[in-house]
Amino acid sequence: MHIDPSVVDWSRAQFALTALYHWIFVPLTLGLTFIVAIMETIYVKTGDEWWKKTTKFWMGLLAINFAIGVATGIIMEFEFGTNWSNYSWIVGDIFGAPLAIEGIMAFFMESTFFTVMFFGWDKVSKKAHLISTWLVAIGSNLSALWILVANGWMQHPVGMRFNPDTARNEMVNFWDVLFNPNAYVKFLHTISSGYVLAALFVISVSSYYLLKRREIKFAKRSIMVAASFGLIVSLFNLTTGDDSARQAALSQPMKLAAMEGLYNGKSRAPIVAVGVLNPKKRYDNNESDFLFHIDVPDGLSLLGFHSFDAYVPGIKQLVLGDKEHKIESVTSKMAKGKEAVTALKAYKDAKAKGDKEAMKVALAKFNANSKYLGYGYLKKPSDVVPNVPTTFYAFHTMVACGFWFIALFVIILYLVMTNELEQKRWLLKAALWSLPLGYIAQEAGWIVAEVGRQPWAIQDMLPVNMATSNITSSPVMITFWLFAILFTALLIAEVKIMTKQIAIGPKEA
Amino acid sequence: MVKNAFSWIYHLYVDGFKGMKLGKKLWLLVAIKLFILFVVIKLLFFPNVLKENFKSDKARSNYILEQLTKGE
Repeated sequence: MHIDPSVVDWSRAQFALTALYHWIFVPLTLGLTFIVAIMETIYVKTGDEWWKKTTKFWMGLLAINFAIGVATGIIMEFEFGTNWSNYSWIVGDIFGAPLAIEGIMAFFMESTFFTVMFFGWDKVSKKAHLISTWLVAIGSNLSALWILVANGWMQHPVGMRFNPDTARNEMVNFWDVLFNPNAYVKFLHTISSGYVLAALFVISVSSYYLLKRREIKFAKRSIMVAASFGLIVSLFNLTTGDDSARQAALSQPMKLAAMEGLYNGKSRAPIVAVGVLNPKKRYDNNESDFLFHIDVPDGLSLLGFHSFDAYVPGIKQLVLGDKEHKIESVTSKMAKGKEAVTALKAYKDAKAKGDKEAMKVALAKFNANSKYLGYGYLKKPSDVVPNVPTTFYAFHTMVACGFWFIALFVIILYLVMTNELEQKRWLLKAALWSLPLGYIAQEAGWIVAEVGRQPWAIQDMLPVNMATSNITSSPVMITFWLFAILFTALLIAEVKIMTKQIAIGPKEA
Repeated sequence: MVKNAFSWIYHLYVDGFKGMKLGKKLWLLVAIKLFILFVVIKLLFFPNVLKENFKSDKARSNYILEQLTKGE
């Protein structure tokens, strides 16, 4: 297939832009719904009107974030049909069910429980309102489940079969797709990161009030809830992060190697705590991997395989192969992939001629090599290596931020409980400025997940250069800039409206 | 009873919208955004390539198979 390479680049850039902007709005909604549900539960349990006021203030900020973020994800569905039509067709049956469930669930939840949550304070009983708030929290998160199931499938395609008659993947086992380990680990890690961000958001805004010496009682109560919630969910996020790395080790070893800048595989592989990659390093030269690095001994073996002695393959072994560790070379996989493509063509031609015997032979050959199909479209073995610096630095930024958040939640929670927080103005400033770090960690996580699995649109099955549409790049360029302007305007609106409401404070909640 | 339920839902929305302060601005923002997304951007720039260019699923399948095996 001869697709203009600039269409691939612009389509990827546009998808990255829309996904990254979309993800500015989503995680705060996912987490803040739970925090307001917890605050409202305290209100219903204690009957203290202060908690109602507190809940309503944060619910107001949730409404702003929700309103500005709503439907920003729909753009990605537009892009699937226009820029990624080959991909959309090939995955259609897999994506259909999860995305339909997501659409129905989001519609019913948003039109009913959101309305009761925002408009129903004086219309329904306290308990009915509380149930609606919890259902909004649970529903929004379940809605995210289906999107992440679809994404998990792209990272580790299971429960399907490629039909050479229709050129589509057809679902053979819904439960395999739903309980795909890559999908549910991704779901848990992603939503818990949203909870961490929401906790940071509440702490950051409350710290602003404490620094300004206003809304003291409100801010301390909010911090108490957010720091407790934040500490629990950040520890959970740490464990799901460990699971995510394990899934990468099992099904996307190249991604794990890129995350750690590991060019040469080894047993008892260390994990890099801090490091600067050597820009001259390639998998096929003898340059050193790093200009500078501090390691945690055996850390990567433990992280990836839960064993200190485990062998972790490097980029070199994953490209060139390693007989000792039974790693097949990309050259060998490419040969099998080309066999699959040839067999698919032979099947198509035999079917056109009505030659059933030839169809049978071609189909058997295709099935024998179909798991390497994607490799048949690669031009050279090094195509399987993702952008190592981007993946490495994004991963380490995310992890460093994650550990800082855990420390911040512990310190803040201790000081607010001992009533010393107001005096620690340096810490309040640090908490205030940790909010941007929360967003950076969110985006870095998606960069690791998506850049780290390049060149694949569907792991081992469909590279991005085969997934795009056969269109010209001009409209994709135009819409890239249109989206950049639209999303930037939305972000500015969000920040302006949000900061105005924060400046007003909880008095008028 | 059904009438009462509809009346309750109607008033939930109407009173809710009437009582909004910041919400009115947010709804306006949502409406403008949805107009830009669905009317301007979707209609002008985002055709469904396979639906527009092919009349049946069979034709679409053949096209994709052709794309997947073109180099052979």
